[in-house]
Amino acid sequence: MLVTTIINGLVLGGTYALVAMGLTIQYGIARIMNLAYGETIIAAAFLAFVLNGGLGIAPLASLLIAAPAGFALSYVIYGLMLRPLVRRSGGGAGLEVNSILATFGLLFVIQGIMLVLFGGDYISYSYMNFGVDVLGASVAANRLLALVLAVILGGGLYLLLTRTLWGTALRAVAVAPQSAPLVGIDANRAARFAFALGGALATCGGVVISMYQTFTASSGVIFTMKALIVVILGGVGNLAGALSAGLLLGLVETLVATYVSPGLTLAAVYHIFLGVLLWRPSGLFGKARR
Amino acid sequence: MTATSRRAILRTLGISVCMFAVAAAAPAVSQGRTSVKIGYAISKTGPNAGGAGITTLPNYELWVKEVNEAGGLELPDGSRLPIEVVEYDDRSSAEEVVRAIERLATQDEVDFILPPWGTGFNLAVAPLFDRFGYPQLAVSSVTDKAPEFVQRWKRSFWMLGGGSDYTDALAGLLKKTNDEGKINNKVAMISVADGFGIDLVTAARPSFSEAELEVVYDVTYPAGTTDFTSMINEAAGSGADTFVAFSYPPETFAITQQAQVAKFNPKVLYLGVGTGFPNYGADLGPNAEGMMSLGGIDPNNQANTAYRKRHEEVTGRAPDFWGSVVTFASLQMLQEAVKRRGLDREAVSDELSNGTFETVLGEVKLEDNQLRKLWFGGQWQNGNFVAVAPVDREGVSQAIMPKASWQ
Repeated sequence: MLVTTIINGLVLGGTYALVAMGLTIQYGIARIMNLAYGETIIAAAFLAFVLNGGLGIAPLASLLIAAPAGFALSYVIYGLMLRPLVRRSGGGAGLEVNSILATFGLLFVIQGIMLVLFGGDYISYSYMNFGVDVLGASVAANRLLALVLAVILGGGLYLLLTRTLWGTALRAVAVAPQSAPLVGIDANRAARFAFALGGALATCGGVVISMYQTFTASSGVIFTMKALIVVILGGVGNLAGALSAGLLLGLVETLVATYVSPGLTLAAVYHIFLGVLLWRPSGLFGKARR
Repeated sequence: MTATSRRAILRTLGISVCMFAVAAAAPAVSQGRTSVKIGYAISKTGPNAGGAGITTLPNYELWVKEVNEAGGLELPDGSRLPIEVVEYDDRSSAEEVVRAIERLATQDEVDFILPPWGTGFNLAVAPLFDRFGYPQLAVSSVTDKAPEFVQRWKRSFWMLGGGSDYTDALAGLLKKTNDEGKINNKVAMISVADGFGIDLVTAARPSFSEAELEVVYDVTYPAGTTDFTSMINEAAGSGADTFVAFSYPPETFAITQQAQVAKFNPKVLYLGVGTGFPNYGADLGPNAEGMMSLGGIDPNNQANTAYRKRHEEVTGRAPDFWGSVVTFASLQMLQEAVKRRGLDREAVSDELSNGTFETVLGEVKLEDNQLRKLWFGGQWQNGNFVAVAPVDREGVSQAIMPKASWQ
C-alpha cells in the first residue's frame, strides 16, 4: 500500500516537475517572470490535440513539432517584447516588475487567440491511457511518460548547465548579468537563448499533459501558479531543485490524500511551501542572493 | 508622471467619455420599438466557460437565430419584432455577473434578461432580477432551496430540480438493485468541495441512509484536483459495489480515465457533471456503456430528437444530455408567454407561473415556479444517455446494473 502510494506520488510529482522546469530557466537565467507561461503550455496542448485529431499525428510525435515551435516563438517574443524592457532597466530591479506587467498582458493576448480559435470548451482526448505495472502499482502510461520526460530533460539539462562551458556561461548570466560581459559572455544572447529554452520545455510539458488532463483555453493560469510554487520551492533557476520540489509536492499530495484526507491536499502543499520558505528562504537548492 | 502627460491623459479621457456618451445616446433617439432587446451575461472566458459553452450559450444563440429567422418574437397583436441581443462576458466572476446584470437593467434597458450559467451565479443575480422586475428562468442551477427562493423572489423560476431529487432517485435505484441481489448495499462516495459537490453530497447522505445504503467511504477533494489514484484505490479497497463522484467536468474525465488505468470496476459507476456531455460518450466508445449520472433523455421523444438535430446543425455540436434541452424549453416558454401577454414583464412572469406551454420537453406547466417533471438519473446505453429515473415516469429506460467491466 505504501509502495503504491509512493509510486503514485512520484508519478504525480513528475507532472509538476515537468511543468515547472521551463519557468525556472526563464525566471532564473533570463530573469523574466513569465506570467504567460501557463498559456504556452495550453497552446502546446491545443497543438497536440489538433495534430492528433486533424492530422492523425500521435501526440508523442508532435513533441518534435511542439518543442522547436515553442523555442522559436519564445525566441521571437523575447526579441520583440522583452529585450526593450531588459535594455531599459539596465539590469536593475525594474526588470522584474516590467516583465511581470508585460507578460501579464501577453497572457491575455495568447488566451484571447486560443478562445477565438477553439472557444471555451473542455478539451480532452485519450492517448496511452493504459496501466503499466510498476512494483505492483498500476500507473497510467501517459503519466509515467511525464515523469520519465521530466527526469530525462531535467537531469540532462542539469548536467549540461553544470558540466559544460556553455552551461557555465548561462549560469554566469544568471548570477551576475552585469559582470558576465566582462569575461566575454554575450549576456543578451544567453538570456534570449535561456528564455527560448524555457519556452521549449513548456511546450513539451503541454503536449504530455494534454494526453491525460482536461484543459480549456483559460486554464493556463493554474499551471503558472503550480509551476511558480515548484520553482520557488526548488530554488529559482535550479533544474535539479525544480525536479525534486515537483516530486516532493506530488508525494505530499498523494500521501495526504491517502492517509489523511483528499480535502487537505492543498493545505498540505501550502504548509510545505511555507515551511521551506521559513527554513530556506531561497528554496531547497537555491543559493542565498548576494 | 509629468504635468503635460497628465493633461494629455485627461484630454484623452474627456474625449473618450464624450464619445461613449454620444454612442450611448444614439440608440435612444431611434427608439420607436423596432426590436425586442434581450440581454444576458454569460461566462465566455474563465473556469465556467466550459460548462456555459455547452449547456447555455449555444441554446441562447440557437433560439435567437430561430426566432429571428421566423420574423421575430410574436406579440399578442400578431406583429413580430426581431430580437436584438446585448451580450456580456462575465469572465466567470461573480462580481462581474452582478455588474453586467445591473448594467443590462439600468443602462441598456433591455426588455428581458436571460440568466447566467451556474447555481452560484443564478443565486448571485436573483436579488437584482427581482429588484428590477425581470423574470429569471434559472435553468443551470440545482438547489433544494428553490421553494424558499420562490417565496423570496416572486419572479424567479427554478428549472433543474434540487440535489435531493437526484440523490433520492439514485438511492431508489440502488436500493432496488440491492433488493434484487445484484449489488451489495455499500457505497463509496467522493465529492468536490465546491457548490455543486457540497449540495449534492449533503443531499446524498440522508438519501442513502433512508434507503438503508451504507456509505463506507465519504471524502471531499478540492476543485481542480487532477490525480484521483489514491481515492480510487481507497474506494476499491472499501468493498463497495457502488462508486459515486459528485464531480465537475475536468474531474469527471480524469476519474473515468484513471478508473480504467486502475482496472477499478465497481458494479455501479455514477459520476457528476460532464458524463452527460455528448463527447463523453463519443470519446469513450463502448467503455461509456453503463456509466451513470444526473439528467438523461427519453430517446423516443420526437420533439427532443428534432431539437438535438437542429442544435447540431446550427451550432455545429450536439447539446448535452441534461440541462441543454431544459434551457431551450425555458426560452420557448418565454417566447410563448410574450406571444400571449406582450412585453409587460409583470404579465409575462404571471404567465410563466400559471400557463401551460408546449415545448421540446413536451407539455410543461410549472408547479410553484419550479419545473418538477424532470429526469433525475441517466445512463449511457448504446451510445445514448438515456433516462433511467424516476422509474415511474413514461419514457424511462431500464437501468443496466451491474455495469460491464472496462474493455
